[in-house]
Amino acid sequence: MPITLLIVQILNGLQLGVILFLIAAGLTLVFGVMNFVNLAHGVQYMLGAYLAVMFYGLTENFAAALVLALAMALLLGLALEFAVFRHLYDRDHLDQVIATLGVILFVNQGVKFLWGAAPLSLPIPDILSGSVVLMPGLLYPVWRLVVILAGLLVAALLFILVAYTRVGMLVRAGATNAPMVSALGVNIRRLFMIVFGFGTMLAGFAGVMVAPILSVEPGMGDSILILAFVVIVIGGIGSIRGAFLGALLIGLVDTLGRSFSVDLLRLVLDPSAARTVGPALASMLIYLLMALVLFIRPAGLFPAQGR
Amino acid sequence: MLSRAIGVTAAIALVAGSAMAQDKAADKLKIGLITTLSGPPAAIGQQQRNGLALALKELGGKLGGREVELLVQDDELKPDVAVSKVKAFIERDKVDFVVGPVFSNVLAAILKPVTESGTFMISPNAGTSSFAGKDCNPNLFVVSYQNDQNAETMGKYAQDSGLKKVFLMAPNYQAGKDEIAGFKRYYRGEVADEVYVPLNQLDYAAELSKIAAAGPDAIFVFLPGGMGVNFVKQFRQAGLADKVKFLSAFTVDEGTLPAQQDAAVGFLAGGNWAPNMDTPQSKAFVAAYEKEYGAVPATYAFQAYDAVKLLDSALKMTKGDTTNKDALRAALKKADFKSVRGDFKFNTNHYPIQNFYLVKVAKRPDGKYQTEIVQKVFGDFADPYAADCPMK
Repeated sequence: MPITLLIVQILNGLQLGVILFLIAAGLTLVFGVMNFVNLAHGVQYMLGAYLAVMFYGLTENFAAALVLALAMALLLGLALEFAVFRHLYDRDHLDQVIATLGVILFVNQGVKFLWGAAPLSLPIPDILSGSVVLMPGLLYPVWRLVVILAGLLVAALLFILVAYTRVGMLVRAGATNAPMVSALGVNIRRLFMIVFGFGTMLAGFAGVMVAPILSVEPGMGDSILILAFVVIVIGGIGSIRGAFLGALLIGLVDTLGRSFSVDLLRLVLDPSAARTVGPALASMLIYLLMALVLFIRPAGLFPAQGR
Repeated sequence: MLSRAIGVTAAIALVAGSAMAQDKAADKLKIGLITTLSGPPAAIGQQQRNGLALALKELGGKLGGREVELLVQDDELKPDVAVSKVKAFIERDKVDFVVGPVFSNVLAAILKPVTESGTFMISPNAGTSSFAGKDCNPNLFVVSYQNDQNAETMGKYAQDSGLKKVFLMAPNYQAGKDEIAGFKRYYRGEVADEVYVPLNQLDYAAELSKIAAAGPDAIFVFLPGGMGVNFVKQFRQAGLADKVKFLSAFTVDEGTLPAQQDAAVGFLAGGNWAPNMDTPQSKAFVAAYEKEYGAVPATYAFQAYDAVKLLDSALKMTKGDTTNKDALRAALKKADFKSVRGDFKFNTNHYPIQNFYLVKVAKRPDGKYQTEIVQKVFGDFADPYAADCPMK
C-alpha cells in the first residue's frame, strides 16, 4: 500500500506542479523580459475560471467554453495591458506592485459584482469524469490525469516555441538584455505585448483546467500567485526551463510534505506532537526550500543566460 | 449684558436641541449588524443579513412597537476591523443591540467592547466554548448553538450506527480542533487518522489519497465555506463517495450547496434545523425567504431571523424600553417567541437548549439543493460547558 500511496501522491504533486507552471510561465516571462512585477497575474487565472463557467452556462459545451474563455481572457489581458500596465514599464518596482495590487482589488470586486460572492462550479466533461484504475488498489480521477497531460503538452509546446522560433529567440534575448534588443531594431513594445498576451492566456488556461476541481470564487488567484512567485524565484527569473522544473519541484515537495510529514515525524516524536508539528512544518517546507535555494544560488536554479 | 443674553439664548437652544435629539433617540431603536460580507465567506454573511432583514420586514420594521434603524457593517473576517466597527456602533451610533458575527474568532474579539458598554450582544451563529463556560457573559445571548454540538451530533450518530473506523479531518486552527474533539466526545470507535490541513487549502488530492489508502467506513470533516466546496467535489471525483460514508459539520449547507450541487447529494451533516422541517413557522419562513431572495435559506439565515424574533419578544415584554437593562435581560432570557426550529430555550449560560438532527443533502424537484432531516439525534441538548458558567 505505501508504494501505491507514494505513486498517487507523486501524481498529485505533478498535477499541482503543472498548474503552477502554467501560471509561473507567464509571470517569469513578463518579469524577465519586461522587468515588470505583475501581482495581478493571479487575476488572469481567476478570470479564466469565471469565464469558463460563464461560457459553459451559455453553450453547455466544455470545449467551446474553453476556447471562448481563452479568447476572452486574452482580450481582457490585453485591455489591462493597454489601459494600465503599459504605463508602468518604466516605473520602479514599488509603483508596479502598488498599481497591480490595485488591479487585484478592482477585479476581485468586479467579479463579485458580476457573478456574486458565492463559489461557483464548472462540471467535468462527461467523457472525462470518473476515475481509472492505474494499478490494483490505485484509483485516480481521469480529469487530474488530463490536467497533467495538458500541462506537460503546453510545456513542451512552449519549450519549442522559445527554443526554436524567431519570436522565442527575441524573447530569450529580451530576457537577457532588453535595451540591446531594442537597439537592434526590434519593436520591443510589440514583443512585450505578445509575451504579455501569451502569459495571460496560459494563466487563463490554468484557471479553466482547475475550475472543475476547485471552487471558482473571488480572490482564488491571490494564494496561488504567491506559490507562482516562489516557483520563479527558485527556478530563476526569466527562464522557462527554470519555471518548469521549479514548478514541478514545488508541487512535489508541497504534496509529499503534506502527506508524509506526520508519518515521518512519528518515527522520532510521539503521535500527538507529530500531529501538531507535521502540518506546520509541511506548510513551511516550500519556503524553507526557497530560502535554501536563495542562499546557495541567489539567481535561482536555472537563471536566464546573462543574468 | 448683551453677551450674557447671548449666552443664555445659546444655552436654551442647546438644551432644546439636545432634548430634541433625545426624543429622536427614544423613538428609534438601533440595531447594529456586524457580519462578513467580503471574501469567500461573504455568502454566509449575506444569508445572515437577508434573514435579519426578512424578519424586520415581516414585523413592519418595528420591534416591540418601536421603529427600527438597521445599521450594517462588514467585519471582513478580521477581528481588528470588527472591533473598530463595533466601537463606532457603540460610541457614534449608540446602538441598542449588536447582532453578529459569523465567525467565532470575531465574536471573541468584539464581545468585550460591546458588553462593557452595557450593550447587548446577540449572536446568530458564532458560539464559542469559552463564552459558554467560565467566561459566560450576562449580556451575550447566543441564538444558534455551541460550536461543538454539530460535531457531537455526528459523533453520536457514528457511534450509534456502528461505524467502526472513521477518518477525521479539519483545518489547523482552534475551531477545527474543537470540532474534532466534539466528534470524539461521543464516538468511541477506531480513528483511522486525524489530519489537520492549512486553513483555506484548496486542493485535497494528497488527503484524498490518504483516505483511500486508509479505507475507513466513514469520514468526518469540518471544512466550512470554500474549503468544503472543493473537498466535496474532489471527494466525489476520486470515487470515494460510494465507499466511504460522508459525515460533516458546517461543510454541506445551503450556503455551499449551490456550488457543490450533485456532488454533495446524500452526504450527511449535523444540524439544529433544515429547510424541510415540519413546523408552521419553518414552512412560512422558507417560503418567504425563497420568494424574497430566490435562494434556499441556510441555518445562518434562519438563526438571524430568530434573533430578530427574540428581540421583538423581549421588547414587547418591556414595552419598547431599553433603559432598564435588568428587565430587558430577564425578558431576553425568557425567549418567549416561536422559533423556526420548534423547541427552544436558553440555558443558564444564555446558549440554547434544543434538538439536534442528522440531516442529508437532497435535490428538490425544482432542481435546487437543500439539507433534509433524517432523524433526531439529541433531544433538548445542552452544551457541556454550561456547568462551568457562574450565571444561574
